[in-house]
Order: sequence, then C-alpha cells, then structure tokens
Amino acid sequence: MAEIKLTDLTKSYGSTEVLHHVEGDINDGEFIVIVGPSGCGKSTLLRMVAGLETVTSGEIRIGDRRVNELEPSARDIAMVFQNYALYPHMSVRENMAYGLKIRKLSKAEINKRVEEAAEILEIGQYLDRKPRQLSGGQRQRVAMGRAIVRDPQVFLFDEPLSNLDAKLRVQMRLEIRKLQQRLGVTSIYVTHDQVEAMTLGDRLMVLNGGYVEQFGTPIELYDRPASVFVAGFLGSPAMNFIPAIVEADGVGFARRHKTGRRTGASG
Amino acid sequence: MVSFYTRHSLHAALMGHHMLKRVHFPSSPLPYMLVAPQLAITLVFFIWPASQAMYQSLLIEDAFGLGSEFVWFENFEVLWQDQHYLDAFLRTAVFSVLVAALSMGTALILAGFAQRVVKGAMFYRTLLIWPYAVAPVLAGALWVFMFNPTLGIFPYFLEFVGVDWNHYLNGNQAMALVIMAAAWKQVAYNFLFYLAAMQSIPNSVIEAAAIDGAGPGRRFVTIILPLISPTTFFLLVINMVYAFFETFGIIHAVTQGGPGSATTILVYKVFNDGFVGLDLGGSAAQSVILMVLVVAMTVVQFRYVERKVEY
Amino acid sequence: MVEDRPLTSILTHFVLILGVIAIALPIWITFVAATHDELRMNQVPLPLWPGTHLLDNLTQTLFGAGLSGSQGAPVWLMLLNSLAMAMMISFGKIAISLLSAFAIVYFRFPFRMTCFWMIFITLMLPVEVRILPTFEVVANLGMLNSYWGLSIPLIASATATFMFRQVFLTVPDEMLESARIDGAGPMRFFFDILLPLSRTNIAALFVILFIFGWTQSFWPLLITTDTSMTTIVMSIKQMLEAAEQSPQWNIIMTTALLARIPPIFVVISMQKLFVQGLTETDK
Ligand SMILES: Nc1ncnc2c1ncn2[C@@H]1O[C@H](COP(=O)(O)OP(=O)(O)O)[C@@H](O)[C@H]1O
Ligand SMILES: [Mg+2]
Repeated sequence: MAEIKLTDLTKSYGSTEVLHHVEGDINDGEFIVIVGPSGCGKSTLLRMVAGLETVTSGEIRIGDRRVNELEPSARDIAMVFQNYALYPHMSVRENMAYGLKIRKLSKAEINKRVEEAAEILEIGQYLDRKPRQLSGGQRQRVAMGRAIVRDPQVFLFDEPLSNLDAKLRVQMRLEIRKLQQRLGVTSIYVTHDQVEAMTLGDRLMVLNGGYVEQFGTPIELYDRPASVFVAGFLGSPAMNFIPAIVEADGVGFARRHKTGRRTGASG
Repeated sequence: MVSFYTRHSLHAALMGHHMLKRVHFPSSPLPYMLVAPQLAITLVFFIWPASQAMYQSLLIEDAFGLGSEFVWFENFEVLWQDQHYLDAFLRTAVFSVLVAALSMGTALILAGFAQRVVKGAMFYRTLLIWPYAVAPVLAGALWVFMFNPTLGIFPYFLEFVGVDWNHYLNGNQAMALVIMAAAWKQVAYNFLFYLAAMQSIPNSVIEAAAIDGAGPGRRFVTIILPLISPTTFFLLVINMVYAFFETFGIIHAVTQGGPGSATTILVYKVFNDGFVGLDLGGSAAQSVILMVLVVAMTVVQFRYVERKVEY
Repeated sequence: MVEDRPLTSILTHFVLILGVIAIALPIWITFVAATHDELRMNQVPLPLWPGTHLLDNLTQTLFGAGLSGSQGAPVWLMLLNSLAMAMMISFGKIAISLLSAFAIVYFRFPFRMTCFWMIFITLMLPVEVRILPTFEVVANLGMLNSYWGLSIPLIASATATFMFRQVFLTVPDEMLESARIDGAGPMRFFFDILLPLSRTNIAALFVILFIFGWTQSFWPLLITTDTSMTTIVMSIKQMLEAAEQSPQWNIIMTTALLARIPPIFVVISMQKLFVQGLTETDK
C-alpha cells in the first residue's frame, strides 16, 4: 500500500512538451481516474509512473521512495494494458506466474498466488489454455490476474475495458471497482470515457492538452467545474453553454444562438 | 538477393523512418555485444576482402609476384581493350537473358495452368519444386550425364534427327547445355512465386472477366498477366542475379568455361584469371566491375520498390 | 475456377503432367542410373527403367571403395561433412541474425545506423565477386581445411537479419513493457518472449538455410584440399573429372542421389515452412 506524489512533472518528446507541470497527491488505497480526450497525455503520464517513459523533469514518489530512476520492475507496480499484452505462447498459468518466477518466488508460493487470483477472477478452469483460446472478456481477466498475483503497491490501468463490448464493459467496470475496494490497492486508471471515469473514481484528474484542468471528486467536478473544458467534458447529456457578457449591471446574453434555436438551459 | 524485408528495411532507412520500437531497453554495452558477431564477420570476410579487391585492382604485380606497382586504372583500361573480356560480357548478357526467359517462361505457363486446378495445385507444386533443393554442381552433373556424347540418352535420340551432339567440341551446344541446366534449376523458384502471385488475385476479378465473356486464354493475357507484372519484374532481377553469380557451380561442373571460352561468363572468368591464371590485378578489376553490377541491380530493384510502396 | 469444361480441364492436366515430366526427367534418369551395374551403364542406349542394383551401388558407394582408383574420402564421411557444414551455416546465420536484429530493433545506441548499413552492404558483395581476397583472409587465419573455414565466412546475412527485424517490429510494444514490469532483462526477454514468438519464422528460415548450406560447392572447393574435409556436393565435381578416365556412372549417380536426398527430403516434408521461408527471404 502506498501513496503516490507527483511533483511538477513535465514530459517532452524532443522539443515538444506533451505534459506540463503536472501536480497531484494520491492517497493510500485511493482509486484515481485520469480522464481526458484522446491524445491529451493520459497514457504518457501513467507510463511515467510505471517507469516505461522517462521523466523529463519533476519527481514521482511511490510510498516514501523517489522512483524516477527505478526500473519498472523495481517500482512495485502492476499494469493492465489496453490490448492486455498477454504472452501468446504461454498458458494462462504461465502468463500469471512469469513475473513471480523472475522474482524467484518458490514454486509453492507461485502456485498459491495463481490459484488465489484465478479464484477471485473466476478463471480457474482456463488456467491451462493459451490466450488465443479465450474470449475478450476472459483475456481481460487474465490480464487483471497477472496484475493481482504480483501483490503490488500500485495498480495501473490503461483503458483496460475499451476492447470489450458495451455490456461487458459495464459489468467489468463494477468488478474492477469491487476488486480494488477489496484489495485496497492504490490505483490509477486511464480512460477517455467520462461515464466510466465518473462511476469508477474516488477522484478524477481531468487532463487537457497536457495540462491538469482539475483534480477532485466526481461531485466537485460536476458541481463546480474549474473550467469550461471540464464543464463541457463531464456529464451526460452534456452541459449547455450560453455565451454571456458580464457587465457592471449584471449578466446579459451576448447574442442569440446563431440558428435561432432555443437557448435556455436544459441539462 | 534483395528480399521483401530487405527492401522494406532499406526503404525505411532511406526515408529516415523510425526503425525502432517506441520503447527500448536502457542504454548499455549489450547492443554492441549483440551486433559484434555479425559485424566482425562482415568486416573480416566481406568489407576487408572487398576493399582489398578494390586496392589490388589498382596494382600490377610483376611476373614473379615479388613486387607490385600502383597503376591507377590501368587494369580497367586493359580490360576495356581486351576482346576476351568484352566477349565474356556479351556472353554473360546472352546467357542471363536466355536463362531468365527460359525458366520464367516455363514457370509462368506451369503456374498459369496449376492455379486453374484448385484442388490439385498443391499436388503439382510438390512435384515441381524439388529442383530448388538440387545443388548447382549436382544439377550440372545430371545434365552432363544426360548429354554425355557417347553414352547420354539425349545424344542417342538426337542422332536420329541428325544432330551430332558433342558439347565438348561444339561451343553453341555447350552454351545450350548450361542454359538448360541453369534454367531447369530455377524453374521451381519462379513457379512458386508465380503461383503465389496468381493465387492472390481475388477470384471476383477473374469472375467479372468471365462474365464479360473473356475465355481462359484471354483472361490470362488481359487480366492475370498485367496483375502479376510486379512479380515478373521482381523475378527478372532475381533471375538475372542468379544467372550472373549463382550459376558458377553449373558451369564449373559442366564445361569449365569451355570449349575454348564458349561458356566463360564473367564470374567464371574472375575465378579463372585469379586462381588459374594468377593475374591478381586483372582479376581484382573484374571483381570490382562485378560489384558495381550487383550494386546497380540492387538499385534497380530498390527503385521498383519505391514505386510499389506508394499504393 | 470459373468454368469447368472437361476439355479445358483435360488440357490443363495434360500440360501440367508434361511439365512435371520435364522437370522430373533429369532426376529420374539419374535415379535409374543408380540402379544398374557398371556394365549396363556402358551400353548405349542407357536404360530408362530402374534395374536391380540399387542396394549394391549404395553399399559400394557408402562403405565400399567408392569410385575405383579415387583417393577420396569415404562417402559416408562426405555426408557427415556436408551435414556439419549445413548445420553450422544454418544455426550460425540464424543465431547472429537474431542477435543483431534484436540489437537494432530494441536498443538505441550510437552507431546504430552504421551497423545497419554495414550489414546491408553484405548484400552487395556475393562471395563470387571477392573470391581471391576472401580466400586469402581465410588462409591467413589458418581456417583452410576446417569446419570453421567452411561455415563462418558464409554466415553473415543481411537477408536473415532484416527478416527478423521485421518479425520483431510486429511484436506489440506492450509485450516488452509487460516483460519489463515483470522484471525481465533484455536477454531474458529475448529468450523467453521473442524467441518463442518467432519460432515459425526461425523454422522456415532454417529450411532455406539448410538447403543453402548443403548445396554450397564453390566455397568448399576453394578452401578444402584435405580429402577428409570433402563434402558430398563438391565430390560430384571431382567424380565428374574422374569419369573422363573411368566412367563408373552407376557409382557417380548413386553419389549424386545421396547428395540430393537430404535437401529434397527437407523441402518435401517441410513444404509449408519451405514456401514461407522462400517468400520471406527470397533466397
Ligand atoms: N514516443 C512518442 N514520441 C513523440 N510523441 C509522442 C510519443 N508518445 C506519445 N506522444 C504524443 O504525446 C501526446 C500524448 O499521448 P498519449 O499519452 O498517448 O495520449 P492519450 O491521452 O490518448 O493516452 C500525443 O500528442 C502523442 O502524439
Ligand atoms: Mg492512451
């Protein structure tokens, strides 16, 4: 279990800066969702925490350690990828055991952890299958299982549900939430889907163009959006905007909507 | 020679594309150790000898091999004026064109028919691909045996039609024999590529032509041939390279370049002048010219890829 | 096919069978020659139908004196030499190509592109165009008449390296990231993940390279003078020379038969891999 501290994080590829001065404290056991439109830098941020991308400037701390210079495997994290990244030539069991084997855990211990995780995720009967013999939902579970067996301090999810059909996505979303609450592991979850974000996260970090627009609970974001972007991005159906001018004698409508449609608030 | 992957890699390199994973391992001496074996062999057995050949091509050794003199391009000038060398050049061109035409033509016809028998295509393929596995020298031996002037089965039958076969004496017959042997060995390769190309043409295209009233022969000429023309071009270069360089074994086994120099193609001449004639400078100059030819063929192939990559 | 008129169908098979006969004829005739005795093989016309002496010829060729009057190595030794050379070339090429492709794809290091171009250059330098100086290098390194000399100069391969490079590029990046999170270092990733993922490509390449190695004759002819290093393929050339004095065609053609059985067996029995390998490497 650990808290995560992001301090003045910046990421550049060559001369283009894609993340600008990101700040954020994540509490122990919290479920944080990073949400924002595609290309805004969510994955980059997550991968920096994982150690898959270098940090250009700033600091990442997990627990009481600065991890900037640590290899991914030394950061005590586990990650679930969008395409699951299961090793296609290994059985489900081998996939889950691989990281533990490298860490030289005993055979008995590895077996125990794999069986436990398989039971939690209800994939016990598939342990000897290869990934290609599984459905999308089952593969997703295996990817989760691979994260669980490591018993890490932090779970990282990069759009783990976006390859599933809509119905399964809703079901898995609930399961992930329950699982995280049960295990109490600090988690960062990346998605571009604001409904997913609002229903999953303890707190949401809204990213836009590499800037943190707002970092807060779903209710805070919904009731008191810090920017037009946040207000427009969250909520379903979307919030309506009415151009207005603030004047000394109060607020007045600047002009009617171009098409002449009704412009009153409705959502 | 230049394979699809090679061309792909080369194209990416020349275009400056990222040829690297987005993620990569942290820097360490490891990659140098990984490429070291390949690079060492390349340096010692490829680049060093090739540069030696280039250097030697500018030298003339005295008759006793004791000293040598730097003569700039004199060896090349000598070659340029050497009727034997110019003849060998022409001979190589004729030889290569005929080998390519014969083996590609045969392969094209066979593949054209084989792709029509949907179920049997693989059966015929199995029966047609063996010659690929026969070593060039061995292919030469098979044909020498069949055309042995005193014993061979073909000269025996040829006598009935009034042909007196003796490739040990008759230069044209010797040439014909090495061409047949070389083409025979290459048919399998060409057949495989033609068959694959034809099988990748969507059936609907053929069916559309059939509905338009084109019979099998017409479809072959007006639809299939144009659609497989990239394969034809690719095979043409491959076959030219094969005929230029890889037929050495066949010629060595069948005619040793003879009779006279009737079958001495360029590669054989390099070998002969260098190892038998011990003319180091001249042989080296010939090597350099061959290198230029390989580079030219590679470039031609590359130009073709560039055009192809566009769609 | 679109239409299936009996006449076209018959014509199709007719042409194909004709083609098969034409292609197989040299192989057939020389096989027949290996089944007759020396006496029959000196009578015109030579037989077109197999005789009964295949076993005799095989035993004489493999374990007997072989070609009478020749001082050559026994044929079984030549077969072993060929096998050793073919195996060393195939495994050598595959190993060094895998390693260099791995370095080029998965590492960023100074002179990476220089390495790429150096490997590429080997394509432009077939052994036939640099015979003499390469021979000198091998002689100076004392590698004449050795398995090393037979195989090592032939194992650099741009084609194989670029093939593996392409295979590796199709492996998703997440595979590496996942392995890194699992704590696998570069070599562990290479052996545990990359090698198993490329195994059909490796097998296909092996088929092609085995044939490439087995059918070498020019290079072994140059660098072996010791008869105990003779390979079966190069012995054919020596036998052809001997045949001008004593034409023991039954023995020569039995040797030729033995020389082509292994690669033909490989091609036919692993046809799918063979075709894949050929189209992937064009070599
Ligand atoms: N390796 C890279 N090189 C250059 N630019 C990159 C690289 N990876 C990502 N980017 C850029 O960084 C920005 C953020 O990407 P990413 O984090 O993947 O976005 P997303 O929020 O969709 O996950 C994008 O504009 C992307 O083009
Ligand atoms: Mg992303």
